[in-house]
Amino acid sequence: MNDYTVTIEKVIQESYDTRTLAFGWDAEVRPGQFVMVWVPGIDEIPMSVSGINGRTKSITVKAIGEATNALHTLSAGDRMRIRGPYGNGFDLSRGEMLIIGGGVGTAAVISATVQTGSDMIIAARSEKDIIMNDIASRYSKNLRIATDDGSAGFRGNAVQLMKEMVSAKHYDCIIACGPEVMLYFTYKACEELGLECQLSLERYMKCGAGVCGCCVMDDMRVCKDGPVFTKQQISELSEFGKSKRDACGRLISMR
Amino acid sequence: MASLRTEIGALALEKPGMVASGIMDETGPSMIRMIKEGAGAAVSKSIGCEPNEGHKNPCFSEVCGGLVNAMGLPNPGIELFEEEMRTASAHGKIIGSVYGAKPDEFAFLAGKMEDFGACAVELNLSCPHAKGYGMEIGTDPAIVKSIVSAVKSSVSIPVWAKLTPNTHILADIGRAVQDAGGDAVVAINTLKAMIISPEFARPVLSNKFGGLSGKAIKPVGVRAVYDLKSVLDIPIVGVGGIYGWRDAAEYIMAGASAFQVGSAVLSEGTGVFGKINEGLERFMDEYGYGSVKSMAGAAHE
Repeated sequence: MNDYTVTIEKVIQESYDTRTLAFGWDAEVRPGQFVMVWVPGIDEIPMSVSGINGRTKSITVKAIGEATNALHTLSAGDRMRIRGPYGNGFDLSRGEMLIIGGGVGTAAVISATVQTGSDMIIAARSEKDIIMNDIASRYSKNLRIATDDGSAGFRGNAVQLMKEMVSAKHYDCIIACGPEVMLYFTYKACEELGLECQLSLERYMKCGAGVCGCCVMDDMRVCKDGPVFTKQQISELSEFGKSKRDACGRLISMR
Repeated sequence: MASLRTEIGALALEKPGMVASGIMDETGPSMIRMIKEGAGAAVSKSIGCEPNEGHKNPCFSEVCGGLVNAMGLPNPGIELFEEEMRTASAHGKIIGSVYGAKPDEFAFLAGKMEDFGACAVELNLSCPHAKGYGMEIGTDPAIVKSIVSAVKSSVSIPVWAKLTPNTHILADIGRAVQDAGGDAVVAINTLKAMIISPEFARPVLSNKFGGLSGKAIKPVGVRAVYDLKSVLDIPIVGVGGIYGWRDAAEYIMAGASAFQVGSAVLSEGTGVFGKINEGLERFMDEYGYGSVKSMAGAAHE
């Protein structure tokens, strides 16, 4: 059994639409793993564990739909039923790493930065969408910000900034989570540059535990074989960057 | 050296274990993966006439002794599933699982599965959490008989019926399948179940109830297969809580010619079939069972 009813200790406003819920949970969790979070009467959704701090863990929620809006109504003292941790997580023993978080995807990689102090890019549409730059600047040796509109840091997207940084310094591995279009071009850039990468992917999930097969990409289960995949694995995923499956299992084009 | 080859009526399998319906069978490649990892065949997810999203999340939770799910038969519909079936059946033996509300729907779906390359069809007469489908029709012997008859007259591949343990007339249902010309029964589907969160004072699953599978249900399944073997002449496929070779051996000795594995993929991983095959072969060698057939029903003698 791996379901837990946890109590929220603290709510942190990360940006105008994103909050971190920190809760007491005495479980061993690796950066890149996730939990299934129950929103009673509404849904159950996969959420990356964004903070791993002893007995305190957290999830970071961007209010984009019914379930995430409901999670934004929770405050300290409220309870939450979660199950997990699920997924493989990142392999952080790959030498010099550059960690990239795009939008709320930053939540999935921030604990890797905290544990390794690696160089990091936080990318977002605009300054107001940037999250977790405070904690990142405390732990990362070299934090860079990229915004599409240039309102903060580098003007441009994460992959453009990554290329700039990679040309100035040697990295052994890129670690990234963000919108799939960002990950797709991150992967392409890593192919061109001959760089290893580990990308955290997302698909519609039901069980989260590797049995129902609902989140498969080709023959790989995002929930169990992933959500973190290496460059080699991604090269064999024909659906990556192209299509995803809906709740019925129908292939939906992403372009 | 003992042989793991088995026959379920006219269908021969090189390995006696199959991936149960609803497990790792969303796509053709995922079914092929399971066959490569040692399954003798894969059963597709249950497919209906139209796309179905299934129940809303939460539809799954692990519990002591297994897991409870109420997926609600999510599937893309038979037309869109054609590609997955064709991909998978080009690489191995695929049993097409279908569900419907009426005999003509089952017959239509089974015919499609045969066209798409299925080596047998498994009728879902046992899902415990889909209104109007599964066990709601699979616990009435007269309805079961009419469904199996309709399917038998529309396909030439073997027709299997997957049965529910949520009944006190399992033997009658098994006989209804046999009388209608069914080629095999598959037993058991999940046990109707519920999880309540004390803190939230409400059922966890969106559908309120679901089906329990996993270790906890093995003795129920073994008993069901034993009972069916006592009254039926057609082959039986055992399923429910098989995690290792000993579990598989129990089902075979209760009367099963083959078995299916589902929930164990969660804790044992996709390599579960390889481990079961190896253990079963060793046991058969040590105890002098040359074939699955020679072991099937051994507990009855």
